[in-house]
Formats: sequence, C-alpha cells, structure tokens
Amino acid sequence: MEVKKHTIQLVVNNKPDVLARIAGTFSGRGFNIESITANITMNPDVTKINIVTTGDSRTATKIQNQLKKLVDVLQVSHVRETKYGQREMALIRIKLTQETKEEVEKAIEELNCRVITKKSDSCTVEVTGTGNEIDQALTRFGPLGLEDMSRSGIVAL
Amino acid sequence: MKLKGAEILLKALAEEGVDTIFGYPGGVVLDIYDEIYKTQFKHILVRHEQAAAHAADGYARASGNVGVCLVTSGPGATNTVTGIVTAYMDSIPIVVFTGQVPTALIGSDAFQEADITGITRPCTKHNFIVRKVEDLARTVKEALFIARSGRPGPVLVDLPKDVSQAETEYQESGPLKSAYHDPIYIPNLEALNETLQMIKQAKKPVIMVGGGVILGKASDELRKFVDKVQIPVTHTLMGIGAFPGTDSLSLGMPGMHGTYYANMAITHCDLLLTIGARFDDRVTGKLDEFAPNAKIIHIDIDAASINKNVLVDLPIISDSRSALQQLNKMLHQNHFTIPEDDRRKWLEQIRQWKEYAPLSYHREGEKIKPQYVIEMLYKLTKGDAIITTEVGQNQMWAAQFYLFNQPNTFLSSGGLGTMGYGFPAAIGAQVARPDKTVIDIAGDGSIQMNIQELATVVNYNIPVKVAILNNGFLGMVRQWQEIFYGERYSHTNISQIPDFVRLAEAYGAVGLRATKPEEVIPLIEEALNIPGPVVMDFAVDPQEGVYPMVKPGSPISDMDLGK
Ligand SMILES: Cc1ncc(C[n+]2csc(CCOP(=O)(O)OP(=O)(O)O)c2C)c(N)n1
Repeated sequence: MEVKKHTIQLVVNNKPDVLARIAGTFSGRGFNIESITANITMNPDVTKINIVTTGDSRTATKIQNQLKKLVDVLQVSHVRETKYGQREMALIRIKLTQETKEEVEKAIEELNCRVITKKSDSCTVEVTGTGNEIDQALTRFGPLGLEDMSRSGIVAL
Repeated sequence: MKLKGAEILLKALAEEGVDTIFGYPGGVVLDIYDEIYKTQFKHILVRHEQAAAHAADGYARASGNVGVCLVTSGPGATNTVTGIVTAYMDSIPIVVFTGQVPTALIGSDAFQEADITGITRPCTKHNFIVRKVEDLARTVKEALFIARSGRPGPVLVDLPKDVSQAETEYQESGPLKSAYHDPIYIPNLEALNETLQMIKQAKKPVIMVGGGVILGKASDELRKFVDKVQIPVTHTLMGIGAFPGTDSLSLGMPGMHGTYYANMAITHCDLLLTIGARFDDRVTGKLDEFAPNAKIIHIDIDAASINKNVLVDLPIISDSRSALQQLNKMLHQNHFTIPEDDRRKWLEQIRQWKEYAPLSYHREGEKIKPQYVIEMLYKLTKGDAIITTEVGQNQMWAAQFYLFNQPNTFLSSGGLGTMGYGFPAAIGAQVARPDKTVIDIAGDGSIQMNIQELATVVNYNIPVKVAILNNGFLGMVRQWQEIFYGERYSHTNISQIPDFVRLAEAYGAVGLRATKPEEVIPLIEEALNIPGPVVMDFAVDPQEGVYPMVKPGSPISDMDLGK
C-alpha cells in the first residue's frame, strides 16, 4: 500500500493531559507524528488538534480508530487533500550576499513571501501555503543560503 | 447537608451498586479508611496492593460487575500497576482508587508522591485526578460508567488527600449524561443479513468466540444461534465458558496449545465467523496461513480490533449480544435451514480429526501427571467450580482438561500472562460468588508471587482452594528451554521451594499433599469437604510438557502432538 502523509484532525476536551494521551497513543502503538498543532476554537471547552502522520491508508485508519477510543477525544476526522483546506506557515532566515541578493529577492516575490525583517547580511521571510508549497520554498531558498527555519505544522478546516 | 470527600466517595459508590472494596491503607487515604470504619462498608484487606487489583478483577470476571479497589499513594499506587495492565489486556472492568498527596504538594516530589495518572495513562481505559471535592461524586460515577461500558477496561481515579478531607454539598446526580461516546452499537442489519447468506453458502463454517461474548453477556444467545445453525465452535482462552465445552459442537481452544481439531478446522474452513475475539498471535500463529481458505466475518464492539491483525471480509461493529440477538431473530423470520449434506460431511471430517488427535497424555507411571489432577478436579467438582489459573503449564492444562459449560467460571490472565494473578483473583471470585467452589490451579513458581494472600483468606475465612501442580520448575519456561534451547535449563529450577503444606499451616490454613497418583482423588475429596481455605500440594511429574504445541511463528496447522 502507498505510504503518504495523512492529516488527522481531532476535536478534544480542553484538559491538561489530553495531548499526553494523544502523543502516548501514537508512541505506544508505533505510529509516527510528523507535525502537530493545537488551537483554541470558538468553544473554550474544546481544542482542535491537527496531526500529520505518514503511513499507508490502513495505518491511517488504525490510528483514527485508536484515537476514537480516548475518552477526551470527541471527534476524529481524516482531512482530505484539498488545496485550501490545509495551510501551514514557515519562517525562513536566508543569508544575503552580494551575489545572491538579487536571486533571493526574485524568489521572495515569486513565492509570495512576506518579508518580516531585513538586515544587510540576512533576511527573514514568512511563507504560508500548503505543505507542498512550503517544501518548494525551502528547496528554492536552500542553495541560496538558508540559515534556519521553523514550520508551524498544519492548520486545517 | 455538607459531606466530606471521603463520605462522598463511599456514598457515590453505594449509589452505583458497589458493595465491596479490596484495599490496603496508607497515609493519604486515612480519611477514607476512617469513613469505611464508621459506615462498616465491606472492605477486604489484602496483604499486597497487586492482590487488591487482581481481586477486584476476579470479582469483576466472576460477577460480571465492576470490581473496585482502594490503595494509598506512591508505592501503594505503583503496586497496582501489574493488576491494572492485566485487566486492561483482558478488557476487565475495574476501578482503582489511589490516594494522592495533597493538591498543593503535587509536583514537588513530596513523600510518597508518584504520578500515577501519568504512569497508568497507557494502560487504563481512562484515568482521572480529582482536584476539587465538588467534582468527586460525578467523577466516581463516570469512572464506573467508563469501566463497564463499550469495551470494558480499568479506570483509575487519583484522590488527593485534601479532596477526601474537604466538604461540600452532596448532590445525588441522576443517570450520567456523559459526553462520552455512546458505546451501544446497533449492528448493521445489512451486514447481518449478509452474514446469514454467507453461512448458507458455506460448506465448512467455523465460529470462533472470544472474551467479548462473556463480557457482552451473550452466551445464551450464542447457544441459541449455534443450536440453529449447527456450526462447530472454537473458543479462545478468554472465551472459555462462552460456549459449553461439553457440547459435541465444541472444538475447544485454537492456537499455540489449542486442540488439533480446532486448528485443523480453522485451517480448512471456508467461513470463519469470529465474535468478540481479537486474533491474538497466540491464536493465529503465522498470520498468512491463518484460515487461508476462509471468508472472515468479525463482530466486535471495538472498531480498533477489526482489521488490526487479520484483514476481514465483513466487519461488523457491535456488542456480541445485540448482534447475536438480531441474528437469532433473523434466523427465525427467514425459516433458516442448514445445508444438510454439506454440514454432515464437515462435521464428519471434524469427528475424524477429533478421533485422530484427542487431547491426551501418558497416564501410566509412578508419578502424578498434572493433567490427571485437573481431570480429577473436573470430575470431583462435577465441572461446576470457578477455576482461576496462574500462568504457565498450569494455565494451559487447566484450559485443556477442565471443561467449562458456563461463562464467568474460567478466570485467567490471557493477554498479559501475569504469574501471581490466580490466587488473588480467586479471592475476588469467591467474595463475588460465595455459593461456588473456587479453585486456583497454580504452579509452584506463580503461587509464590502472591502467596502472602494466604493471610487474607484465613483472615476472612474465604474458602478458596489452591491446587499447586508442583513440578519444581518454572515449567513452561523449562519446556521452551527443552525444545528451543538444547535442554540448557538456565535458572528455571526452583526446587528450593518452601514446604507448601507447612507454609499453609503457618498462615492458619489447611495444607494437604499428594505424591502418588492414588492419593489424588482422596486428597481432592478431603479438600473440597473442608469449609475453609486449603492448599493442595501435588508433586507432579516435572518432565511433563504441554501438548499439542505450535511453535511461535509457525502456521497453526503445523502442530507437535507430543511424545
Ligand atoms: C510475572 C511474570 N514473570 C515471568 C513470567 C514468565 N513466565 C511465564 S510461564 C513461567 C513459569 C511459570 O512457572 P510455574 O508457576 O511454576 O508454572 P508451571 O509452568 O510450572 O505450571 C514464567 C516464569 C510471567 N508470565 N509472569
């Protein structure tokens, strides 16, 4: 079966140990968490959690079935690959030199990045998009002098 | 009127129908023990907290109700963990109340503080820490609800000392409007219809039942169903008693130490209807060759159990009783008839397998054969006792040679394989069923893991009988060393054991010993006639192995039938 990324969205009771229960379910059953975000919702009693995991579709089903058994997990859904349903943000710091400056600026414009800070020798930009788009941005900036980066993990609706 | 947390705990438990607690006191639960003293709440004082958890588990398995235990913080709480995991693996509803240091001290490495909710998170169905006395009554009720609903399991409730001391207005809460998943599944009728179609078409059907049939209280429905469809039934270790072992359609247990005919029937069947079993590796052997020719239908209350190990053709998420009730209704409405010719041929084939390799052992010789002891226990209790087991050869022989016709009468640690389970579980079972003869079939190794409970049975005159199959070895491990490790018996000789007869006597119980085959029957008769606890020490043949046997990783059709 094809191994790919799956985004699983949970609606959970807003309790201090709920993340530990979820993380423990993944580690205890040998599943893997690639990224995780937890966000408040309109209802203060519940939290929305997005988890990206890799595996075949049978594994994805197994994970969901195990998560559904957690008492504080109210809802489990598999977020399908829709282009605008899933977004992620990354902050990327790029080194600037005389030779690369122009290339970097071109990339920033083409990739629709927002410049957050700019110094003479480096700049930090924000990219928002699907996981794929972020990957593309990283590939593009990589050879130009990528210094550091941080990804938010997926948020999905 | 305001009540103390400790009072609220006992009141809420009583309202939930709990009338017995197995426990062991300590500093942070003193307020609760004081309340137990004042209200005369029935409490059985064990001699080790592990035994409290196992006794609650045995109580639950024998009665079909939730078992409850109470221990102190820190070491008291951690001592219950083996009992909790044992219950978790076998889906047994128990609630463990642990004391905790006062809320203000939590996280400070206070004296006897242990993060027991953290420790038991992966091995409880759910756990709670109660931080406000106002939450206590509701939490107690939720804990019991969660333990017994859906696929049952252990729940732990951590009670900081200040919470059991604080006071609040007690409000009787009505039936739980729980936010939790509604555990009652209504089986999909189309899928059940398809099940009947598949049964009609099958030439060689087999039914495999597991603990889910007992937990779902579906044994009667199962009997009705089998009576109508005339399909042979195999039961897993956890399913023992779900279907009468003496019925001619019973195949006994499948798997590693199952019967030859159960394994052959599964290997050759064209339809395997599995109800409340989870395809454990001890049952399936090599997965690719498990029921290779069969369409598999799987009825289970836990969606996570379906397609976990074995991919099935028709999954049905339901509790066992609802599904079987509905199937029986449909059979009735559809005027179901069995394909007589095919069925006769299939049952004849099974009869031949049974004849070719029945469960047996060499009866001759000077030494007592352990299987003989079990056979005689069966005979002299008329098959009507509650049997608990320890783990190892004793457990497998008990499963093979005692035939169970009723659910809730075979209590054994199947999933975890916990040595030391049987004796405290027998205590719980006897407390739940004072009318029954309760026997722990033990090994000389396992019994020493909770032997201190002799004090408990003497203390309360709980008339549990312990039958030690004393082979001077950690027998099951020795058997593997014999077969797989060139007879190098590394650290399995435990012949340096206490004199169990005198040990029983030292505790104030009766001890009896048999060393020759002809002593077995009179000894069992004598033990069964004693109204108090008895330890029977049978010096059995240390060379005896458990057969048939499937090597781990082999297909279940590949059986070593023994010498
Ligand atoms: C707590 C625990 N420790 C270790 C084991 C591993 N183990 C499985 S069977 C067995 C031997 C049991 O010996 P005994 O109780 O004498 O029973 P016998 O097999 O001789 O009937 C051991 C050590 C276990 N199942 N449980």
